Amino acid sequence: MTKKELKRESIIQASLKLFSSNGFHKTTIPDIAKVLGMSVGNLYNYFKSKDILAKEIIKYTSEILGQEIKKVNILDISSEEKIKKIVELYFKMAEEKPEMIEYFLRVYLSHREVFSDGCEGMLCVSGFVTEIMIFFDDGVERGELRDQDFFSAFGLFMGYLGGMVFLKGENILPKELHEYIDDISKNIYNALKV
Amino acid sequence: MSKKPKLLWLQSLTCNGNSHSFFNHSDLFSILSHFELIHFPLIDTKYTLEDVLNKRVNCDILIIEGSIKHGLEKCGVDIATLIDYYANEAKYIITAGTCATFGGMFKEYDSDNINGFAFDRDKAIDNFSKFRKKLISLPGCPIHPKWLSYVLLMIANKKNIPLDDKNRPQELYSITVHTGCVRNEYFEWKIDTHGFGHKEGCSFYENGCQGPFTRGSCNKILWNDVSSKTIIGTPCFGCTEPDFPKERLFFTKTNMGIPQKMPLEVPKRAYLTITGVAKSFNIKRLERKLIEYNNDN
Repeated sequence: MTKKELKRESIIQASLKLFSSNGFHKTTIPDIAKVLGMSVGNLYNYFKSKDILAKEIIKYTSEILGQEIKKVNILDISSEEKIKKIVELYFKMAEEKPEMIEYFLRVYLSHREVFSDGCEGMLCVSGFVTEIMIFFDDGVERGELRDQDFFSAFGLFMGYLGGMVFLKGENILPKELHEYIDDISKNIYNALKV
Repeated sequence: MSKKPKLLWLQSLTCNGNSHSFFNHSDLFSILSHFELIHFPLIDTKYTLEDVLNKRVNCDILIIEGSIKHGLEKCGVDIATLIDYYANEAKYIITAGTCATFGGMFKEYDSDNINGFAFDRDKAIDNFSKFRKKLISLPGCPIHPKWLSYVLLMIANKKNIPLDDKNRPQELYSITVHTGCVRNEYFEWKIDTHGFGHKEGCSFYENGCQGPFTRGSCNKILWNDVSSKTIIGTPCFGCTEPDFPKERLFFTKTNMGIPQKMPLEVPKRAYLTITGVAKSFNIKRLERKLIEYNNDN
């Protein structure tokens, strides 16, 4: 990566944390510039507005999550084992880099007005959704998963995981996320298998 | 003596679809004027069928129509042996249609014993290595008359015909049936046609259209010079491919809504990425009827 690309990524990472912890509206461009030790004017050289930055962040997180799921997709293991690996990596990310998932739940899904222009439909989350499609397609092709509407399966899988991370964020879960991996993987597999 | 190339058309296990298709060529007699016609099932020549069966004729170009079954007798003659005899004689061998090329429809009846002349579905058999240098494969069910006239006139004019790995002319089979389809805009934006025979929508998503992964020029060289199956709102059945015929031809096999078979050589990951983007937008023009009919028209 060039120096400029590195700087761009560091802005995304810093603002991702601020947006996720302090909220999208409460976080200002000067706040982000301050954390990074750079001038507000210089930050605007990288991202022309807070809304544009917000859209770039969701693309960035979606790509990273997609790349992690791709690593699972290319493994020669059963759909049941893949489900467990996806649950593991999702919860691991939620525990180690909670801002990645929190941003999706608390900024992307909660401020649709910011994303309606430029992030329509799956436009900014295609990196991640494409890998889930590949996973489902492969599972049905191998005769391991039941053929059904994509969204009924997608909602069950990702809605479930997102819901658990949301509950953890609200401090409602009595246990740590990783302690739920076995049960949740089993539930998802039982719901999706042929 | 005529110096025109001698053209012999032999039929094995066939429905006559390719000879009838060629017979419908709008310039049939102009094309045939370049050749001395030894035998063609639908036109009289100065030779009799007996002359052909008794090997009293010779040929420069052999056109084979129909699947090959060893031991099959026609007019008391083992037709595979007769084809073999003239194949050795000929300078060019053209397998006209999917049956003669890959086995096709008739192979379904007795898969182990019925094949194409040089292929068992997509697998080359002995005749391929034996006749490779003079073989031209023209799959299609049936072939378009102009696919054959292209090949014949190239031969008559002593032009080289670029072929692919299955000896299909690249001019005709290097593109897919999808190329030139008037519904391509609907394909790009992933807009399905709901039903058959409509002007709007693409048949790839539900109705089983195999155009995007079928080699052929049906939408470049139009049928009857005016149309094609995909243009009128019927799915392409993939009739030029080695695995033709398949089952459930009006139905797209999907895995959780994702088409099982991808456009030719397009990775599924690439296809799905583009699909996700395209589906994120609603293009109003493409969702409307092209023509709003009222009771007066």
